[in-house]
Amino acid sequence: MSTATATHDDHHDHGPAKGLMRWVTTTNHKDIGTLYLLFALVMFFIGGAMAMVIRAELFQPGMQVVDPQFFNSMTTVHALVMIFGAVMPAFTGLANWLIPMMIGAPDMALPRMNNFSFWILPFAFSLLLSTFFMNGGGPAGGWTIYPPLSLQMGDGFPFMIFAIHLAGISSIMGSINIVVTILNMRAPGMTLMKMPLFVWTWLITAYLLIATMPVLAGAVTMLLTDKFAGTSFFSAAGGGDPVMYQHIFWFFGHPEVYILILPAFGIVSAIVPTFARKPLFGYSSMVYATASIAFLSFIVWAHHMFTVGMPVVGELFFMYATMMIAVPTGVKVFNWVSTMWKGSMTFETPMLFAVGFIIMFTIGGFSGLMLAIAPADFQYHDTYFVVAHFHYVLVTGAVYSIMAAAYYWLPKWTGNMYDEKLGQMHFWISTVSVNVLFFPQHFLGLAGMPRRIPDYSVQFTDWNMISSIGGFVFGVSQLMFAYVVYKTIRGGEKATDQVWEGAHGLEWTLPSPPPYHSFTEAPEVK
Amino acid sequence: MHKLAGISSALLVGAFTSAKADFALNMREGVTSTSQSVYDLHMIIFWVCCVIGIVVFGAMIYSIVNHRKSKGAVAAQFHESTTMEILWTVVPIVILVSMAIPATSTLLAMEDTSDADMTVKVTGIQWKWKYDYVDGDASGISLISSLDARHNEARLLGAKADLSQFGDHYLMEVDNPLVIPTGKKVRFLLTAADVIHSWWVPDLGWKKDAIPGFVNEAWTKVDQPGVYRGKCAELCGKDHGFMPIVVVAKAPEDYAKWVAEQKSVAEAAAASADREWTKDELLAKGEQVYTTNCAACHQVNGQGVPPAFPALAGSAIANGDAAAHISLVLNGKAGTAMAAYRNILNDADLAAVISYERNAWGNSAGIVQPAAIKAAR
Repeated sequence: MSTATATHDDHHDHGPAKGLMRWVTTTNHKDIGTLYLLFALVMFFIGGAMAMVIRAELFQPGMQVVDPQFFNSMTTVHALVMIFGAVMPAFTGLANWLIPMMIGAPDMALPRMNNFSFWILPFAFSLLLSTFFMNGGGPAGGWTIYPPLSLQMGDGFPFMIFAIHLAGISSIMGSINIVVTILNMRAPGMTLMKMPLFVWTWLITAYLLIATMPVLAGAVTMLLTDKFAGTSFFSAAGGGDPVMYQHIFWFFGHPEVYILILPAFGIVSAIVPTFARKPLFGYSSMVYATASIAFLSFIVWAHHMFTVGMPVVGELFFMYATMMIAVPTGVKVFNWVSTMWKGSMTFETPMLFAVGFIIMFTIGGFSGLMLAIAPADFQYHDTYFVVAHFHYVLVTGAVYSIMAAAYYWLPKWTGNMYDEKLGQMHFWISTVSVNVLFFPQHFLGLAGMPRRIPDYSVQFTDWNMISSIGGFVFGVSQLMFAYVVYKTIRGGEKATDQVWEGAHGLEWTLPSPPPYHSFTEAPEVK
Repeated sequence: MHKLAGISSALLVGAFTSAKADFALNMREGVTSTSQSVYDLHMIIFWVCCVIGIVVFGAMIYSIVNHRKSKGAVAAQFHESTTMEILWTVVPIVILVSMAIPATSTLLAMEDTSDADMTVKVTGIQWKWKYDYVDGDASGISLISSLDARHNEARLLGAKADLSQFGDHYLMEVDNPLVIPTGKKVRFLLTAADVIHSWWVPDLGWKKDAIPGFVNEAWTKVDQPGVYRGKCAELCGKDHGFMPIVVVAKAPEDYAKWVAEQKSVAEAAAASADREWTKDELLAKGEQVYTTNCAACHQVNGQGVPPAFPALAGSAIANGDAAAHISLVLNGKAGTAMAAYRNILNDADLAAVISYERNAWGNSAGIVQPAAIKAAR
């Protein structure tokens, strides 16, 4: 794309401060990106530990490990931690590291806000996790916190609400920063339609976040006043409507689903061309497909609520709108396959994760299409079929893209190549175990096992055991990832500036590791 | 790790050899025309996905196998093709429209609750179901349907019960099943007393949320006599996993017999509320009622699970003024899981359970007669 080289005017370059204070006070996009990514990794293991508790209890029928209330809090907090603590911060971390380097900027546009938006997060999640030690325990009403059930929570309730508020404020600030950076700090010649797709998908994601996080904040604030201030927004006894909460929540929640996957599309659209050594098949159609998905995400929310008893016209509308999403999503998948077609492919770890993403995300897309069919959804809804569906799009979708990104850009970030053998081993063990973990859950759901239950009838035993074994292997194998990252940071074979033979884009013109301020002089983009 | 692996493989072998055809893969076809059309839709969309999957993944795998650098593949540099983009936009739209047509007609049929032969009101309560027969011969019959007591004991943490005694119905057995006649269109009115529940029997082909303050409608028509089982499908708190649904479809003559039986039971219960009960009668009845309705939270030993579920043993309310105790049980406690039992239990049951609570576990506060409950309503 560009032959511009960075000039290293190191004499005026003030490097990072020393010691712990470097990380507390940093306004540097790379330091903050690293903080975000490490935080996400820690949360990934905390949320993962909760998943292990869930799979241990479900290993066989009967109650062996935890009581039902604690089980419910495990499913609830697992989801909150993974969504708000692991996947979203990981994407924000990637955005911090990569966007300035991809658009030829020295740093993010609003560095102090950047620092603030990260440092809110540890407090938010300490608040959330502290509820486990309070009267009544952690939140156990599901991550969607539907009233009236969520209002039965004990002393931890306001702490959970404030944790969500804080995480939301952090996301909004991060998003504003990303939008401002992308719109104002691109190098000369970097028109919008020349931006890498990762930048495009994050630009659109940032708008989704700015549009929907305040909606969530409003909904949970109404819960708070229902609980403590005598309002009855969601209580029918006081003239309110518990279903209204679900409408408001999913007006946030469905765009949120795309917030968790659009940056993944950007990552895969960067990796596949590199390892196919061939340009992305349809750049502009990818941009338009992303925008279409973002638009559609605002008009499909009630497909999460087909069973609440909407008027039939409403059900039809949301069914048709939801089915439409298959079109732009299909365009994306077809584009990736066409990019691979007649390429000259190699399969280093990032490419393995990207290809794994395409196949397994598509499987999740298929079950999504099945769920869109409202009459069939009356059977699928709130069963393990849904659990299988969203774990295919979130674990083998979003999380796989984050893993792919980490392997792809780690050599650029650290200057060291990761251990290819370990990386590939991590991929294969993860991929086999994650399918053993989640694929049987389709069968469980279809056979009639509801989600969010701590105990089940004996005919569900076999698939649950297999699923649990897959879960334990998948959980343990993620320690390999942590080890590979650690090993790469500590040292290894030195990476070249371009790192990958087929890599194109401004970030690959910088040295590996890149200078503290990415581009002190704007590169020229032709 | 080795130990865990050993245990898990032993358990696996045990589970796999346990005779039953347990590796169910697909949706149940069910027993109604609705469940059959839902199943058909499910299979159509499934095969559509399979075909698309074979084409897309086939192309990918072909490419992965053949277009490798290690095989000397040289990268072509083609990109952008408006024809292709239009093609892979239009073809999916055509497939989706052809899917939407049968889905729409099924949906319209499912939502049409008109011309029902009878109506049953279903109320979700933490953690049981209440069925009220609204019209027809059975009008006035009211049932509370809770998890069967033996199952309820077996599912306690660390109970280590032998679950094979329950066959395939562990956690799928209730004390009072919903009974409906075959060959009749039964309309359901669904609501809830506390939090949102969802009434789901897979063999009937649908689930519908039961929402406090709202009434949802659904219907079914079962032609085959039989027992059909399901569970609450919407997370409704601690014992969400333990509120099963059992529907018994009876041929019209058997159904009529059942209705007559229920009526006489109800009459006997109403009569018993008008007489004076002895202490022993109250306590014996009260223990039964307590076990099905109260023990899930307040525990069999009355110790509760503080702070969410307070202890009754030695509690101020169970040892204090009877009127306050009656009022709490009748009206529940807002903002907690304590339900209002006003419409769940009859006068005799309420008097019995309150008397039991006031005399069990070392409490000694005297008994309450059904007449006192009637007066307090």
